[in-house]
Amino acid sequence: MTNHWVDIRNANLILSMGGNSAEAHPVGFRWVTEAIEHNKAELITIDPRFTRTGAVAQDKAFIRTGTDIAFLGGLISYLIETDQIQHEYVLNYTDAALIVREGYGFEDGLFSGYDESTRSYDKQSWMYEMGDDGFVRRDETLQDPRCVYQLLREHYARYTPAMVSSITGIAVENIQRIWKKIAAMAVPDKTMTILYALGWTQHSIGSQIIRTAAMVQLLLGNMGMPGGGVNALRGHSNIQGLTDLGLLSQLLPGYMTLANAKEQDYRAYIDKRTKQPTVEGQVSYWKNYEKFHVSLMKAWYGDAANEANNWCFDWLPKLERPLYDILDTFERMSKGELNGYFCQGFNPLASFPNRAKVTKALSSLKYLVVMDPLNTETSEFWKNYGEYNDVDSSQIDTEVFRLPTCCFAEDEGSIVNSARWLQWHWSAAPPPGDARPDTRIMGELFLKLKQLYQEEGGVFPDPILNLTWDYRIPADPKADELAREFNGRALEDLTDEQGNVTRRAGEQLSGFAELTADGRTAAGCWIFAGCWTEAGNQMANRDNSDPYGTGNTLGWAWAWPMNRRILYNRASADVQGRPWGPDKAFIWWDSEQGAWVGADVPDFPTNSPPSQGQMPFIMQPEGVGHLFAGQSMVDGPFPEHYEPFESPVPQNLLHPGKEKARNNPAARIFEEDREALGKPEEFPHAATTYRLTEHFHFWTKHAELNAIVQPQQFVEIGEALADEIGIAAGDWVKVSSKRGFIKAVAVVTKRLRPMMIGDKQVHHVGIPLHWGFTGVAKKGYLVNALTPFVGDANTQTPEYKSFTVRVEKA
Amino acid sequence: MSINVTRRQFFKLGGAGLASSSLAMMGFAPEPAEASIRQFKLTYAKETRNTCTYCSVGCGILIYSKGDGAKNVEQNVFHIEGDPDHPVSRGSLCPKGAGLLDFVHSKGRLEYPQVREAGTSEWKRIGWDEALTRIARHMKDDRDANFVQRTAHGETVNHWTTTGFLAASGSSNEAGYITHKVVRNLGMVAFDNQARV
Repeated sequence: MTNHWVDIRNANLILSMGGNSAEAHPVGFRWVTEAIEHNKAELITIDPRFTRTGAVAQDKAFIRTGTDIAFLGGLISYLIETDQIQHEYVLNYTDAALIVREGYGFEDGLFSGYDESTRSYDKQSWMYEMGDDGFVRRDETLQDPRCVYQLLREHYARYTPAMVSSITGIAVENIQRIWKKIAAMAVPDKTMTILYALGWTQHSIGSQIIRTAAMVQLLLGNMGMPGGGVNALRGHSNIQGLTDLGLLSQLLPGYMTLANAKEQDYRAYIDKRTKQPTVEGQVSYWKNYEKFHVSLMKAWYGDAANEANNWCFDWLPKLERPLYDILDTFERMSKGELNGYFCQGFNPLASFPNRAKVTKALSSLKYLVVMDPLNTETSEFWKNYGEYNDVDSSQIDTEVFRLPTCCFAEDEGSIVNSARWLQWHWSAAPPPGDARPDTRIMGELFLKLKQLYQEEGGVFPDPILNLTWDYRIPADPKADELAREFNGRALEDLTDEQGNVTRRAGEQLSGFAELTADGRTAAGCWIFAGCWTEAGNQMANRDNSDPYGTGNTLGWAWAWPMNRRILYNRASADVQGRPWGPDKAFIWWDSEQGAWVGADVPDFPTNSPPSQGQMPFIMQPEGVGHLFAGQSMVDGPFPEHYEPFESPVPQNLLHPGKEKARNNPAARIFEEDREALGKPEEFPHAATTYRLTEHFHFWTKHAELNAIVQPQQFVEIGEALADEIGIAAGDWVKVSSKRGFIKAVAVVTKRLRPMMIGDKQVHHVGIPLHWGFTGVAKKGYLVNALTPFVGDANTQTPEYKSFTVRVEKA
Repeated sequence: MSINVTRRQFFKLGGAGLASSSLAMMGFAPEPAEASIRQFKLTYAKETRNTCTYCSVGCGILIYSKGDGAKNVEQNVFHIEGDPDHPVSRGSLCPKGAGLLDFVHSKGRLEYPQVREAGTSEWKRIGWDEALTRIARHMKDDRDANFVQRTAHGETVNHWTTTGFLAASGSSNEAGYITHKVVRNLGMVAFDNQARV
């Protein structure tokens, strides 16, 4: 979330799309109802289904799954053509006025630079044009045909209401009514917040859907504003924390990135990531990259990392392919290229697409290690459960270890909620039996490996033998020690420009501004710096006071970065530093104090006066929000609608007859998986998977209360489809895709209605995902038997939300 | 308004998993003399502050456990409720969070390390040391056999692609941090958590 849960109450309009927070995040959703009750806000939901979120919405529309960019792209065109944008904001706080280099273009559904053989783009032409002064050129009038604003206008001119309607299945009058309500938020003192979840993420165009939302918010002037923002409602309790800590194939902690194999030179590696301002005088905070990197290397390698050996640059693994994401890994695993795999609190047999392929992959491993509090399906993938898991154990040679871990109630430490708050928790009781905390298991396993390398030698033992490991009990590192390590400390005395000591050696750092690139500081995750300072554990703070009445409780827990609760909050004030409206006062410039003050920690240099002209988006080299994603996306600087890889609609209506532009041209798909895609004739129905309010993924089927209230696997089908195929409520149905099938009870409902797409009627099938073959609920089928093995072009997040099936009586 | 219930009905309601304290507040109260027979069940409980383990709202919870605090006496969790001071959740829990206690005491909880040997169809209980020793052996053998120091083009890569690791977005930052530290320094790159899916 750029904003936070309580801040939703400050919104004037709430757009819920790609998520169903009333069911998936019920307690957070109370801030939506609070906004409706006390701020006269309207809630608009746009979803393929009538959901519980939609049930309390003032306005709603039903959209064909996977077509959100069409709806939002049309909205962008509407905002521009009717001139309903926040003008001062767009001109100053976005890149609308910046000029794009000659050579950028878009034709037949493809951006300039496309290479079909690699399904990738050369992004050289997706850049701003530099002037003679070395900074990006700009046109204040927004009239230059190559300024971002005009290119944006041209790109979305094709997204007419009629076109949007034919793609999304929403009637033109409903589209226009909702666009009008959203456009009313372009005035400076009104805000819309956007709430989304995996209903946006899990598409082959997922990242671009989310980007379109961010672009809408920039045009409306809603980023950095109370009651505004683009708010990812994340799924797991610490999925934000594990992302922040970089537990992803290409990342290091704090959104730093590993080198690829071509990046052999340390200086070039750092320089590429050190973003200098491209507009004069801007902050461009990534210019400090080396301070973050060297501090990490010092945290990991201590004295072994020094300037002479490039801070052990070569000890970090380098990437030979763009990503070693889970799809890539299970593709390799299914071909026998992996020998070992660890699943720590993760149940891939249930969670990954094309379950048949996942079973084949796991069966080819030599060893599998499962660390979990619960008896997961993955840990028993080799065991026969009849039709629910039809395998022959004797044919599976994988050695499987299952290690019992603590659950939340037995664990101490911090987790990060969707609003970036690090909240500390304490252990209430010991775990059952001989279960152990993950920290101890990792500690003991590491020490065993280290001992083997000490005794036997082995390949490249340097990072193993030199890894800092100064924990009180080496085999059992404690949460407080680890938290202090990722916060960071001074290794030597730090001094200011006058030579005064500002931080003694050994002291905890107060924030990332203290980090240095010369090895005098160590910090395991720079964005968490400030969470455990000399004043103690800030994550355990428990003061819920709200002095400004904005819902901003700075004394409760600690948020990264630097306890800021709304990102880019400098944008909540106008160019002169005044709030956009009395109701939206959040932080502002106080000329007497010579500082930014207000309800939040300024996400900005505190003493930089408005006259200095620094702009709010301090992580961007231009200081402004990007309508044009020059280099950050792999599949286009502007989002474009492409059909899901499995779609009931045979072509992309924006590009009829252009086969290359039917699906995301830059999305990777393995040959075998392309062949496993169904055709609309055989699998005519649009399918989407989702959660129910009583359950959490595959965990709560192990909890008795939840299993009692929602015991039986079901699928939802509309009345029209039920009539068409002769199904009555309560009948058992078989739902099949080209990759597999499930059987479930049919819930025949008014909540799903057929849509007209072009001249074709499309039915949606709703597939809740919570059942499996372990747990105390009734046994059921893993729904990922159905889903396709293809992901988003940028993140490789699988396309669970849009695929096609056939439904028949079981 | 007060609704008269017998003592027997009152305990039945309490036994259904509803907090008797809030029942009393709502006006459900047994005849006064009988109510005093049973003590408030949280009186001698230890209260521990924690965060709901499910979604990312991060609702504050209070975990109540018993054990008399004496040496070698272990706490047992018997009640979990929303933390009323929490600025986001204000004491609420959703239908998922309301079942947290049953997660803690689930029959599906694992208690001991186990191994399923190749080609067999059952689990075998083993000790921690045996489990970790065998796992470390597998890892080292695979790493030593397949670690790539240089590519065919002579580029230093120092990575290990034949063992992969999925980390848990239900675990703490501290568990995540040490997992990253260990996994990356073994050279692993096939490393993801639920954020990928």
